[in-house]
Amino acid sequence: MSAETAAPVVPAAHAPIVLEKAIVRSPKAPVILGVFALLALLAAFAFPRTGTTRFGLSTSRDSIQLDPIPVSTQPVVAVIAVLLALLAILAAVIVARGRTGKLPLWLTIVFAVLFVVAFLTWAVADGLLPFTGLLVGALGVSTPLIFGALGGVLSERVGVVNVAIEGQLLFGAFSAALVGVATGSAAAALIAAAVAGMLVSFVLAAFSIKYLVDQVIVGVVLNVLVTGLTTFLAGVIDVDKIPASARFATVPIPLLSEIPVVGPLLFRHSLIVYFMYIAVFAVWFGLNKTRWGLRLRAVGEHPKAADTVGINVGRTRFWNVSLAGAIAGIGGAYLALDAIGLFSKEMTNGAGFIALAAVIFGRWDPVRAVLAALLFGFATSLQNSLSAAGVTAVPKEFLLMLPYLITVLAVAGLVGQVRGPAAAGKPYIKS
Amino acid sequence: MKLELQGITKRFGSLVANDHIDLVVEPGEIHCLLGENGAGKSTLMNVLYGLYQADEGSILLDDAVQHFSGPGDAMAAGIGMVHQHFMLIPVFTVAENVMLGHEQTRAGGLLDLAAARAKVREISARFGFDVDPDARIEDLPVGVQQRVEIIKALSRDAKVLVFDEPTAVLTPQETDELMAIMRQLKQSGTAIVFITHKLREVREVADRITVVRLGKVVGEASPTASNSELAAMMVGRSVSLTVEKTPADPGEAALVVRDLSVIDPQNQYVVSHVDFEVRRGEILAIAGVQGNGQTELTEALLGLQPRTEGSVTLDGVEIAGLAPRRILDAGVGFVPEDRGEDGLVGEFTISENLMLDRSNGAPFVRGGAVQKAVLDAFAEEKVREFDIRAQGIGTAVGRLSGGNQQKVVLARELSRELRLFVAAQPTRGVDVGSIEFIHKRIVATRDQGVPIIVVSTELDEVVALADRIAVMYRGGIVGIVPADTPRDVLGLMMAGESPESAGAAVAPAVTTTGAAQ
Repeated sequence: MSAETAAPVVPAAHAPIVLEKAIVRSPKAPVILGVFALLALLAAFAFPRTGTTRFGLSTSRDSIQLDPIPVSTQPVVAVIAVLLALLAILAAVIVARGRTGKLPLWLTIVFAVLFVVAFLTWAVADGLLPFTGLLVGALGVSTPLIFGALGGVLSERVGVVNVAIEGQLLFGAFSAALVGVATGSAAAALIAAAVAGMLVSFVLAAFSIKYLVDQVIVGVVLNVLVTGLTTFLAGVIDVDKIPASARFATVPIPLLSEIPVVGPLLFRHSLIVYFMYIAVFAVWFGLNKTRWGLRLRAVGEHPKAADTVGINVGRTRFWNVSLAGAIAGIGGAYLALDAIGLFSKEMTNGAGFIALAAVIFGRWDPVRAVLAALLFGFATSLQNSLSAAGVTAVPKEFLLMLPYLITVLAVAGLVGQVRGPAAAGKPYIKS
Repeated sequence: MKLELQGITKRFGSLVANDHIDLVVEPGEIHCLLGENGAGKSTLMNVLYGLYQADEGSILLDDAVQHFSGPGDAMAAGIGMVHQHFMLIPVFTVAENVMLGHEQTRAGGLLDLAAARAKVREISARFGFDVDPDARIEDLPVGVQQRVEIIKALSRDAKVLVFDEPTAVLTPQETDELMAIMRQLKQSGTAIVFITHKLREVREVADRITVVRLGKVVGEASPTASNSELAAMMVGRSVSLTVEKTPADPGEAALVVRDLSVIDPQNQYVVSHVDFEVRRGEILAIAGVQGNGQTELTEALLGLQPRTEGSVTLDGVEIAGLAPRRILDAGVGFVPEDRGEDGLVGEFTISENLMLDRSNGAPFVRGGAVQKAVLDAFAEEKVREFDIRAQGIGTAVGRLSGGNQQKVVLARELSRELRLFVAAQPTRGVDVGSIEFIHKRIVATRDQGVPIIVVSTELDEVVALADRIAVMYRGGIVGIVPADTPRDVLGLMMAGESPESAGAAVAPAVTTTGAAQ
């Protein structure tokens, strides 16, 4: 630094502090890609399958019927397998020689898409894979996950760890079924589900905010409580026969629903799914652009700072955790009133925990959490579609594992060190 | 606006933190609240700001009694506070932090960020700050963060502004700039309460001084009072403010650090390629603003940092990469900067804390059993030797004052055969009386021929103890200079100037003082 820059005021103090970064070259990512490339090469050359794979694009209800796309199995799998191997090598080179030592995101995404295509082509050799159906199924499975994840994002961003998403979904589902059976009104059932999710949240909020009990423990206990309670009540009260009037019918949106592939995927659903589109946007917009979101995030990051500018930390946390519960409860209503049409014990089957994983995988951002939920939903739908297509090349048990395997891999392997809301899980004690 | 506190009393259980405190602050006045750590200054200000409720007494603004049930009420009444630990949200931008709590919105609850930016720019322009409204707080240096705190208070039209220990995190130059800002605010009619324990700053800027000791007002002092008069009021007896020490008689280099780096979990070099050595019988003081890698450097020397590069040799033996146990056994004594967190177990007794790092064998443990008699005798001796004020050796350390806690740490570390002594912030949160004692012990240890590293963010302490001074900035050592280097040169070095250009920048000033002598 030359003498000229030494003015009487402190010159360097205003420069942003940027510390030199150590470059970490971890072989983890290229090794993982390499293993998958190897699997693809094995499938292509060691266990080749011949025939033609057909990808169905239209559903039976479409007015414009497209013919399935035929694909010659062996050559396509072979070509993609070689491409995957090249990509894995490229990844290794980038990590070893690149400026940052990090893998670009596009490479991971391209690799994943190619691998899925190769896998489907190979697994459904000489068969028909309803591709659009696969995607529609993925959205269906994802819907409760998305509601759960939105509830999780809100709750954690305001500073309360929400392990009770599972309980909120399940209690929402039960209450929707109960009120649906009793009143025959879909609207009443939906409101009941939201209230039920909120009730679970009240307990979580009261214990964690007012009585400073460890939030994770309260959440786990609530899940056990709701599971036990709904299982017992479902055995005593008949919640199996939800009348059609209480179920949400499919409402195709005119014109838009007739677009091939996109129409059935996005615009031929019940009102709950359309409500979900709005909820995703509303949560994203609200969190980032409004006073409500600014205060919510402030409370989750630095409650004392929020307190010193006159924001009531306890109240902000309480009502937003309640809102989060209501959103998750609506996810439960979707399960009972739309997807399945009845309540069965433990019907959420871990969806709440996958939603929680989506929150973390999505780095506490509503849009990314939704994308993560869609990924998990896709894995489940893949398993359903392959079973329905009668695929025997892959053991059924492995397919059943798939969604959970992807969850574990995503959270443990890919997330790495991420920064959540600084004060999540910490009770605010006014000393 | 005139602020008046009448008979404020605040108790925490049996402890009386504030005992009938009266205070009057006129508009356009800087009123300094001087007192030691733990004298009750911050408690009083938290009562004023509505964070605590007073048990007795009342707060008056322009002779009207106020009832604050929370900080929101205090702010609405025109009281602003610049907190010691900034109340800023690190992941928010400057504008978002400034608007938080009184956001302007457009239709649909949409935040009016443009208005907030304009507000930040307007106040910045008024005081000549250079603050980018869209910068994220965590990317800003602490000096600028403090200005954001000031902007935040002013954006709510604060007429009474409280600065709680504002200079603790600043370089000397930034401190001077802050003083200028305070004078400017005073001229515009703001009533200012300035809380500090630093005598130099008080005398420079205060119009009136109120001294607080043990929760009580002990009197008013004039800004013209000398340092030792103020210190005597603050402590309650006369204290020596200078450290008496003879010039160092250094031996050969004992600790040699070569190209040492520490990498944090975000892969950043928090300590970056530092080289230095410490000779037997000398004190190397490491100066710098908090958070420039000093903590990580001392932890790396003790083997507490998981990712380090480079070499550290003690008496020719490589100790980098060894486990802390092995490094302690090699004769390294360590006073951590946060004694409550890393130095002591609060629920343990004084005697138990004195044997914490020697629980693996004789003389305190034989055959797996603690030798109670040996330990008690040892503890009694150390309590006497280090003047630890407590009911007895069975008292839980957590119940001692900061100064006495630090003496326990010091007693433990200095009662071993040492070949290196590392003291990080040895007098932070310690009363003036204990500071005197701790400094004497450190100098005595030096005179026994032990190489010593003292890390301190207090320039006074650095100058008082050091034989040589190393200044750290952003993980690197800017330079190692002699102990008699002028304070303003050190200040510029703390902001990243090299010793040569810092010396050139303040050269005219140096010549004038030279001429005056």
